[in-house]
Amino acid sequence: MQTRSDESAPAKLACRHLWKVYRGEAAPYFEREVSAGDAGALARRMRADGAIPAVADVTFDVHVGEIFVIMGLSGSGKSTVVRCLSRLVEPSHGEVRLDREDLLGKSDRELIDIRRHKMGMVFQSFGLLPHLNVFDNIAFPLSLQGLPAPERNERVSRVIQLVGLEGREASFPRQLSGGQQQRVGIARSLAAEPELWFLDEPFSALDPLIRRQMQDEFLHIQNTLKKSIVFITHDFLEALRIADRMMIMRDGMVVQVGTPADLILSPADDYVAEFTEDVPMVRVLKASDVLDSSRTVQPEMPQRDADTTVEDLLPVLSTHREGIAMMRDGVSLGVVTAASVISALAHDRHQHRHRQQRRAPEPPRS
Amino acid sequence: MSRLAASRPRDWIRAVLVLATLALLALQDVAGWLVVYPDAWVLPITPWLNAFMVWCVDTVGPGFRAFSATVDVPMTAVRELLNWLPWSVVLAVLTFVAWAAAGWRLALFTGFAVLYMLIIGYWTESMNSLALVAISVPTAVGVGFGLGALAFLSGRAERVIAPGLDLMQTVPAFAYLLPILLLFGFGPVVGLIASVLYAFPPMVRNTRLGLARVSSEVIEAGLMAGATPSQLFWRVRTPSALRQILLGVNQTTMAAFSMVIIASIIGGTADIGWEVLLTMRKAQFGESLLAGIVIALMAMVMDRLTAAAATAEPKDPGGDRGLFARHRNAFIAVGLGLAVGLLAELIPFLKAYPEAWEIYPAQYLNDAVTWLVVEHAGTINLIKSWAFFFVMLPVKTGLAQTITPFTWGFEFTPGLKAGYVALALALVLYMAVRRGVGRASSIAFLAILLFFGLTRLPWPALLAMATLLGWQLGGLRLALGTAAALGFLIVAGVWPQAMLSVYLCGLAVLLSFALGVGLGLLASEYDAVSAALRPINDTLQTMPLFVILIPFVMIFKIGEFTALLAIMAYAVVPAIRYAEHALRNVPAQVVEAATCFGCTRRQLLWRVKLPLAMPVIMLGLNQTIMFGIAMLVIAALVGTNGLGQQVYIGLGDGDFGVGIVAGLGMAFIAMIADRMTQGVSRTWQERLGPTPRQ
Repeated sequence: MQTRSDESAPAKLACRHLWKVYRGEAAPYFEREVSAGDAGALARRMRADGAIPAVADVTFDVHVGEIFVIMGLSGSGKSTVVRCLSRLVEPSHGEVRLDREDLLGKSDRELIDIRRHKMGMVFQSFGLLPHLNVFDNIAFPLSLQGLPAPERNERVSRVIQLVGLEGREASFPRQLSGGQQQRVGIARSLAAEPELWFLDEPFSALDPLIRRQMQDEFLHIQNTLKKSIVFITHDFLEALRIADRMMIMRDGMVVQVGTPADLILSPADDYVAEFTEDVPMVRVLKASDVLDSSRTVQPEMPQRDADTTVEDLLPVLSTHREGIAMMRDGVSLGVVTAASVISALAHDRHQHRHRQQRRAPEPPRS
Repeated sequence: MSRLAASRPRDWIRAVLVLATLALLALQDVAGWLVVYPDAWVLPITPWLNAFMVWCVDTVGPGFRAFSATVDVPMTAVRELLNWLPWSVVLAVLTFVAWAAAGWRLALFTGFAVLYMLIIGYWTESMNSLALVAISVPTAVGVGFGLGALAFLSGRAERVIAPGLDLMQTVPAFAYLLPILLLFGFGPVVGLIASVLYAFPPMVRNTRLGLARVSSEVIEAGLMAGATPSQLFWRVRTPSALRQILLGVNQTTMAAFSMVIIASIIGGTADIGWEVLLTMRKAQFGESLLAGIVIALMAMVMDRLTAAAATAEPKDPGGDRGLFARHRNAFIAVGLGLAVGLLAELIPFLKAYPEAWEIYPAQYLNDAVTWLVVEHAGTINLIKSWAFFFVMLPVKTGLAQTITPFTWGFEFTPGLKAGYVALALALVLYMAVRRGVGRASSIAFLAILLFFGLTRLPWPALLAMATLLGWQLGGLRLALGTAAALGFLIVAGVWPQAMLSVYLCGLAVLLSFALGVGLGLLASEYDAVSAALRPINDTLQTMPLFVILIPFVMIFKIGEFTALLAIMAYAVVPAIRYAEHALRNVPAQVVEAATCFGCTRRQLLWRVKLPLAMPVIMLGLNQTIMFGIAMLVIAALVGTNGLGQQVYIGLGDGDFGVGIVAGLGMAFIAMIADRMTQGVSRTWQERLGPTPRQ
């Protein structure tokens, strides 16, 4: 289920056939090599035996500088996956490679070192230390490393500025609003300047308006820092908004991996299609998704970047019926016309209806 | 008749037991052993225990005594330091500490308390007590924190520590004293060790709870920040759990102080508890009240001080946070102490308070009490004899013995007896038809109990009844445990004393539970009642048990009635607290729903809130019993004849066997009552299902 995008970029983090089995001994299940096709059957067998495969045969890559979103409903295993990646939870089986090095083989000492310098994590309920003020909370990872005070203070001030918490340094977590607390959480996770950034439903505990604002700020921060990110959410729209690529999980298994447009235009199954139903297509689809490659670019056509959303193209299209030239890095990719937009959207709707007719009895969960 | 038919087998067992009880009573002239366990059958457990103890003291005693001598060194040092310090220094430093921890109100109160000790002339005694506390609290906190952390970190350690704590909680404080006394010899060290042993369990419990309750995300955040295991424990887990841990410090401090006071009964400490005991024994109530107030004030200051530390919000020190800034208050306290100390060198009365300035109004107090007692002798005696003849005696020795022309004003003629039996039978029949055999048997048993009295019921019947109750409330294990524990009391020959204890404590618990639930109910409905009760409850609960006795002894003199009142005064507190808490915390949605159906306030209370609050109220009963048993031993000081008295006899004569058998007996009774009431609470809870979250 690998996708086309960014195949060339090196993988920062590679996760192969990852399993996490709770309740019961997991090792006997993996004595024989598990081939990809068997995973579902194996998970069913575990459940029948009373074990709980929270994560079953999960495979994906996170590329350098990419926002990789894992989306799933509660109980889908997404939080367990991210904890396996940071080894907060010890995986039962599989392989995790960070910068091509085997993460699961690292000793405790090495792991502490990796967490101190290479990983940062943001938590849903913030996970702030109640007895420390904002400054000390953010400085906490650095002071654990024993970084000298001047350098520590300088780095903390920098991230405080980055998340816009100037002036609140002396406040304690309980004196802050949810949004501000999560800014502290974000700043703390960035203080050690990690390369890999885990965010576990960072905005789920916030009010919708604040959530939206925080998403914008998060994207803004990422534009300047270019971290490699694993972002967990149960909110499909949030995933679409921020993902470079995303993975949908259900019952511990991967349902689909792809760009937001991949998922919307060709959902792998009914489960994914159900999420896409209420999505405002024009906001998600980018110009590059609705190209008419048979047309050639004319000089009088207006030019737009290939990442522009269809929504932003519509006013331009209404005055330029002949089409818009799509550019990326100065090279033209093709032409978007009203017809190509309509055919992309119609194709999508048609698929939905088709699926709904097929989807008679609800498939049993778990 | 359907109820009768639907009765379960165990209801019929109960009925059979009731009939068997009657049969035993009928046979008591023929075979007295059925009613009173014969002395000849008593196992010589006491001599065995004494022999064991002699062996113990001979073999390991020297080691313990050497330890005791070692501990004595720092203790003497602290005591001498506190006594050497000029009073003005102690006053200044303590007041400053109170101000720093909790603001000027507590500072004012602390200053007042210290001045009171000084002016009343109990300075040395107070400092001696304080010295004991100053050593025992840090030790108990250290031990408790260590064990709590160990129990948290290691599952194996927890499996040992948790049941150990349960056991220690139910063993009355005095039972600790005896073995310690024999092993460590007389003197203040015994008080110290007893107080550490008595005080550390709450610290363990709170430490473990606090550490376990730190949210998993905080821990994960610590791990992701790259904390090593020891950094995670000391810099993430412990500070996050600090509030709960400090709550443990508060409880441990109060327990340690309470035990320091109780331990003074051994003597040799010349502290404030000894002063109270001494004067109380000499019936100098004015004096013992004055000394008791010192204890009460010390308890209140310690409680408020440690509680303030537990609830204080972390403050930002600000600035560059150098050594001085971080420990500013400590520096100021030391500086203040030094300054006042220097001043005291110049001004003599700041160093040694002149005796001439002491005010000791004991005589006035004694006169006032005498006046009160003489003036209201009629009322006091009326209350006393009424309670004694109409409430206490019937339960203790039964109506058959109690009703005489002298007590009730008429003879318990055969005709009246027949009437009583007929009335009871009618009630039993009615219950049998309406509520089934089980209830009817219970009523029948109560009727028999009231007629013959608890102390005169046949032991096999009581044993069987208690075992059955244990089976019903807690299953087979509790039934076996109950039978074994009561069996021990019987073969050890302390059954009669045990029944006296059960009678006194049971009566006090029933009355205080009824009173407490009533008050709690009012407090839950009326905020004004709640606000009025809270400080009274706080005071009663922080007061060392000793002190509660004083006012009751002053007015009602020594005797069982006084003991009853004292136990009630202490045991009523948890009943009130749990009832109010339970009723106030009934899920709001349920109350709203019931209101929408048109419940009146009364219906809401009786038909919605009370049933939902029942599990927690039953936990209140559990605590009421535990408090009652704790106070029972203390109350034995003022004349009761139960196991508590036996403990004193053991202590007084150094008779280990007698004391330990009595102590164990009380512990067993406490444990049975504990498990049974918890069983009841659990049954209620299961019937209600899991509490809806809200």
